[in-house]
Amino acid sequence: MENKPRKPADIGPRIPMPEQPADERVRNFSEVTLGFTLDQAVEEAERCLQCKKPLCQKGCPVEIDIKSFIAKLVDKDVSGAYEVIRKTNSLPAVCGRVCPQESQCEGMCILGKKNEPVAIGRLERYIADAFMASDACEEITGTHECALVREDLQVACIGAGPASLTVAGYLASKGIKVTLFEGLHEPGGVLIYGIPEFRLPKSIVGREVNALKDLGVEIRTNWVGGKTITIQDLQDDGYDAIFIGVGAGLPRFLNIPGDNLVGVFSANEYLTRVNLGRAYDFPNYDTPTFKANDVVVIGGGNVAMDAARTAKRMGAERVSIVYRRTQDEMPARLEELHHAIEEAIEIRALCGPLAFNPGESGRLETMTVQKMCLGEPDDSGRRSPVCIEGETEEIPCDMAVVAVGTRPNPILLEATPDLELNKWGYIAADPETGETSMENVFAGGDIVTGAATVISAMGAGRRAAQEIAKRLL
Amino acid sequence: MGFKILKKEELIPGQTSLFVIDAPQIAKKAMPGNFVIIRIDENGERIPLTIADKDREAGTITIVFLVVGKSTAQLNMLQEGDDILDVCGPLGKATHIEKQGTVICVGGGTGIAAMHHIAKGHWEAGNHVVALIGARTENLLLFRCELNGFCPEVMVATDDGSVGHKGFVTEVLKDRLERDSNVTEVVAIGPVPMMEAVAKVTEPFGVKTTVSLNSIMVDGIGMCGACRCSVDGKTKFACVDGPEFDGHKVDFSELKARLWQFKEQEDESMGKFKKECTCHGK
Repeated sequence: MENKPRKPADIGPRIPMPEQPADERVRNFSEVTLGFTLDQAVEEAERCLQCKKPLCQKGCPVEIDIKSFIAKLVDKDVSGAYEVIRKTNSLPAVCGRVCPQESQCEGMCILGKKNEPVAIGRLERYIADAFMASDACEEITGTHECALVREDLQVACIGAGPASLTVAGYLASKGIKVTLFEGLHEPGGVLIYGIPEFRLPKSIVGREVNALKDLGVEIRTNWVGGKTITIQDLQDDGYDAIFIGVGAGLPRFLNIPGDNLVGVFSANEYLTRVNLGRAYDFPNYDTPTFKANDVVVIGGGNVAMDAARTAKRMGAERVSIVYRRTQDEMPARLEELHHAIEEAIEIRALCGPLAFNPGESGRLETMTVQKMCLGEPDDSGRRSPVCIEGETEEIPCDMAVVAVGTRPNPILLEATPDLELNKWGYIAADPETGETSMENVFAGGDIVTGAATVISAMGAGRRAAQEIAKRLL
Repeated sequence: MGFKILKKEELIPGQTSLFVIDAPQIAKKAMPGNFVIIRIDENGERIPLTIADKDREAGTITIVFLVVGKSTAQLNMLQEGDDILDVCGPLGKATHIEKQGTVICVGGGTGIAAMHHIAKGHWEAGNHVVALIGARTENLLLFRCELNGFCPEVMVATDDGSVGHKGFVTEVLKDRLERDSNVTEVVAIGPVPMMEAVAKVTEPFGVKTTVSLNSIMVDGIGMCGACRCSVDGKTKFACVDGPEFDGHKVDFSELKARLWQFKEQEDESMGKFKKECTCHGK
């Protein structure tokens, strides 16, 4: 009986993820989802059909051998499962929390056709959190010995976000000396300044970063690529290869009247103040933000969800999300949207921003939006929003947070005229190797693709690191 | 690991200080017009300060700051030998400097320090540099000796007439522009009302006028847009597009409103600091 293959119809629903109740968690910054227990994780793992030809792995940008790690987890071999993940993913505790699994691994899971897919992301997170390595070397290499650092080979990464951390993890495990040059005062990039504590605790990022340090990776903060140090300087200093992972950069604003009013923030500014600056603990921390009662967030992606949920936790009475299309077209991770709605964040769909309006004090007082409806599908197949003539609405708000994406940060690009750019102004890089127009200079993540996900940046970092290792070793 | 303060000079006791900071990598790259972002300690905020000078050989940069809030008050309590946790830079676009003729560099208050670095750059490029500095009274005039060291002309205005012209720098500037048609550029650094007034004075003369904006910043590397300002009707980021812009095109009233946006929080922070800081006010 045991060997008889199970059918999708035999499998029960997903094990629910324990989480803080919505009314409680909107008053704190602690992590919303609490994580599985071992029993819950094993029970969820047992839902996996162990397909002969698993599709989930194809859906993963770093091609984790998902089937194998789940099989190990069913056997309660947590460290074995960790080793499988770690072979291709250097930040599993992060990815388990922030990947858009529904459009990647879980989106491909065969169970998802008629039932709910296996909760792969939650299992990955469980394994990463539960695996208490006896030391950091074990955590990274899967052995008790750290790879010897080959001081004769050195690679520099500009930026210390997901892409660079992945490059560092991969190359360090091959014994290559890696130095990360980070512009801000803390490494982690978007994992630190962007994604809020309640979704990705900083201690998790810190643990992953420390594990890299223990492997001999050097991290220098306050070094701005293109300002404090240039690519030319790094080449002159003898770095054998350079990886550029500086992120997307400048926030876009709406280009409507009142864009620069006091009270209008970019999501980057608002989140950086609260996350990197710990403004949620002002005045114990010096970085301020104001207390707002009526907050409007513009955008439909993960950043918009993060900003809206942060505003709620900062004490706003009403938070709404203004979006041009409908909830179905929102690019945000499904779980974030659900969590936002549970936290009483109002979704104002089919509203296009027209203007921010000042009150007598000169500060933001209302926002005017244009009512829209969905028209014919455009080239991308999505139904595009169309204005409903004459129908506008004025929304009272004392804070507006604009989360409509970014454009390329010019600092490194202006300092490196030899670097060829693509037609969108991002760095042109070989999709297979990540190499730029400059020899042995690689790039990956948002500075190549424009704003995307943590995991796609990590995928790019991994491909570049593989190529670098191939050339150097 | 931090950045050591090698020298502290209280230029105006309790109000304005000069630090020489050990920062070889920044010194190597610093140009007139650049700024740094500093963070004093783990709980600190990131604040921008203009680089007033650098010594590439010694590997140092000089900053001069006015105590305006909690962070600068705390900074002013640091002494020689203390560390500043984070110093990041040099940031912003360097001043555009070319040999062009006569350049009048106007500095007000603490802005004189930043102006001094730019004046030096223009002088090194072979321009005839006229320094024009102003303050309430004589002993608040910073960098007068340093400017006298290389500027062929240093003009002074004080509110109380204790030295130089009694009144504003703008009056001296207007008089000079009326008499001297060889002025190719005016650079103004100081309080926003002063820079705005300078731009108003120079406009009828059609003289190129450069101002340096001291916007609120968070990262200082283009990520957040806190420092955005309107120049010629377009939104610019002071940290990556500036901090220097054409003074005739800057929307100064928007700049002033944005500079005051956290007034309430700044007062709260300062109040807490004063209460907790036992050595303050002694």
